[in-house]
Amino acid sequence: MKDSRIRGADIVIRSLIAENAKYIFGYPGGAIMPVYDALYDYEDQIQHILTRHEQGAIHAAQGYARVSGKVGVCMATSGPGATNLITGIADALIDSTPLVCITGQVASYLLGTDAFQETDVVGISMPATKWNIQVQRVEDIAPAIAKAFHIARSGRPGPVLIDITKNAQVALGEFNYVPCLNIRSYKPYPKVSDSDIDLAAELIDRAERPYLLYGQGVIIGKAEKELAAFLDKTGIPAACTLLGTGALSEEHPNYVGKLGMHGNYGPNLLTNKCDVLIAVGMRFDDRVTGDLTRYAKQAKVVHLELDSAEINKNVRCAAPVLGDCKISLAKLTEKVKPAKHDAWTAKFRELEAEEKRVVVGNDLLPTKDGLTMGEVIRHINEFKADDAILVTDVGQHQMVAWRYFEYKTTRTQVTSGGLGTMGFALPAALGAQLHDYNRQVICVVGDGGIQMTVQEFGTIMQTKAPVKVVLLNNNFLGMVRQWQQLFFDKRYSFTELENPDFQKIAEAYRFKSQKVEKRGDLREAVAEMFIHDGPYFLEVVVEKEDNVFPMIASGSSVEEVRLS
Amino acid sequence: MKRYTISVFTENFIGILSRITLIFTRRGINIDGFTASESREEGIYRITIEVTTSEEQIIQLAKQIDKIVDVIKAFYYLDDEMVFQEIALYKIPISSLDPGLEKVIRQHSARIISAEKEFVVIELTGHKEDTQQLLEVLKEFNVLEFVRSGRVAVAKPMETIDKYL
Repeated sequence: MKDSRIRGADIVIRSLIAENAKYIFGYPGGAIMPVYDALYDYEDQIQHILTRHEQGAIHAAQGYARVSGKVGVCMATSGPGATNLITGIADALIDSTPLVCITGQVASYLLGTDAFQETDVVGISMPATKWNIQVQRVEDIAPAIAKAFHIARSGRPGPVLIDITKNAQVALGEFNYVPCLNIRSYKPYPKVSDSDIDLAAELIDRAERPYLLYGQGVIIGKAEKELAAFLDKTGIPAACTLLGTGALSEEHPNYVGKLGMHGNYGPNLLTNKCDVLIAVGMRFDDRVTGDLTRYAKQAKVVHLELDSAEINKNVRCAAPVLGDCKISLAKLTEKVKPAKHDAWTAKFRELEAEEKRVVVGNDLLPTKDGLTMGEVIRHINEFKADDAILVTDVGQHQMVAWRYFEYKTTRTQVTSGGLGTMGFALPAALGAQLHDYNRQVICVVGDGGIQMTVQEFGTIMQTKAPVKVVLLNNNFLGMVRQWQQLFFDKRYSFTELENPDFQKIAEAYRFKSQKVEKRGDLREAVAEMFIHDGPYFLEVVVEKEDNVFPMIASGSSVEEVRLS
Repeated sequence: MKRYTISVFTENFIGILSRITLIFTRRGINIDGFTASESREEGIYRITIEVTTSEEQIIQLAKQIDKIVDVIKAFYYLDDEMVFQEIALYKIPISSLDPGLEKVIRQHSARIISAEKEFVVIELTGHKEDTQQLLEVLKEFNVLEFVRSGRVAVAKPMETIDKYL
């Protein structure tokens, strides 16, 4: 009789195929070599993307996961391969991104002996994963992967890690994939309670100045339509968090802007004027709330949230609605009375006009000589498609691009929000592009961040992913410089950079490229970038010492949002 | 600040203790006592953690523990909501064994659980105050070693783990 058993390494790949994983972002090495050997036989069923660094692999997996809504898969070897994943794992945890990370580990008999490339990866990754496990036996591989996918994508998504010893990869075992549907200790979708809905509806119906804040929970929960329906019926003005951006079209009549340290003027200021604050799928991050002791104290808070640990964590909540917001929003919409809040919404519009007059005009249509980051984004808006995806790094360019990019559909915003990981954008843009080669993916990045993962130009070159990389170069670590200017007496300690010729680097990776230093050349260069079929690198030399406003200084109240 | 007991029911999963203690480490909170054992249900472990903290913090701690995938449920209680005990062992040199020591043992309802050639081991079960008090008294008899367990505790509310399974 023929032996039906296959290697553990084959089981790994066939399990990933069974979970419909399209890509593995990874980097080979000693302890994961059997899996790479197996991969050779499945090239027609699953695609491996060889990045140039493991950090690039995991950020690419994140970018893919964020735009596709699927689980991103990445793979690395033991020791340094695995530790290079940690930044991405921490990023994915705080930004609720579903990932399955597979790491090779030294053989069981070598564990704890300080063997070559042995690191306690389960220990190191524990505080940054939603769940992790070490697998030492071939028969445990498929069940671990099944459990990992279920945990990564259900409830509040997050990264999981499976560390597989080399002996388990080479041992023979039966392959019989059973997807994991239930774990008795894990209840990812608490049932929405009708009494919670009743109380929330009562507060909303009685409110004179209700205000809704939406976060990434709406996107993760696929509740975009439910959110729009709720807003249509209630007439409540709504603002988004950084990661919630795109869940509601910015053309929706109730959309009033963005929250947070560099969000819009009205949405921050009026947080302390509303009487009922409805938070949907957001976690009151400190970059949104500023000083909590002076945050929305006058308001009764209604919090629609899937993760019970988020309720009452930062802000006291009068009416918690625990559960999936797709369900709770629909129920709430049914329950509340139709209403209009035109006079209250007009207050947002007044402040919006003031912000336009003081800040936006100068950002988008500057009269000074130096180029602004804002005008670059203005030209991107001119040529981009409605469903174009914007991937940003971390810093000034991130905030400016976020403020001015016109988001019209969901899952068009990819950035490192919670962790603020510089170097995120370039690999994440690659991952986003791989999800759909036909969509525009624009990677806006600063001169600091691009140098943290610049090697991923190589992966873009190899995959031919037509990513449009826009470098906003001010020769500074601009956000840190801004803080030094405002809060550290202009002591510009280690923020000015002597930069390489970025265009030459891009060209070395066979990118078509252009460098713009004068306003007169900008529009045409942006247009050319979009017309070009393939990866493109556009460097724009911008004003060295521009600041991002509005701004809520760290530790200040949302009321203290400044326009200059 | 009050003394709380967190009672955690978990799957028997490698690393679960680390995952739980990380929640305290991350917030810079000291664990006063920690015990783990199998519960009434085979395969379900019960961890009892003693911690001195604020009400706000204990709610967060319990929620964060509850959020761990392999945790079935975490409860927290104040001392008066629990029945709890700790066990203490005292090692005393045989030379200290005299009628005075016998009287102390009787008064505290302690007992000698082992007598060796050079020492005896006295055991007392009770609350921390009781075992601490005996320690103070025994000091004049030259305590060679002293050890006290974390608390084991059952909750007074009649809720059981069954409804979470």
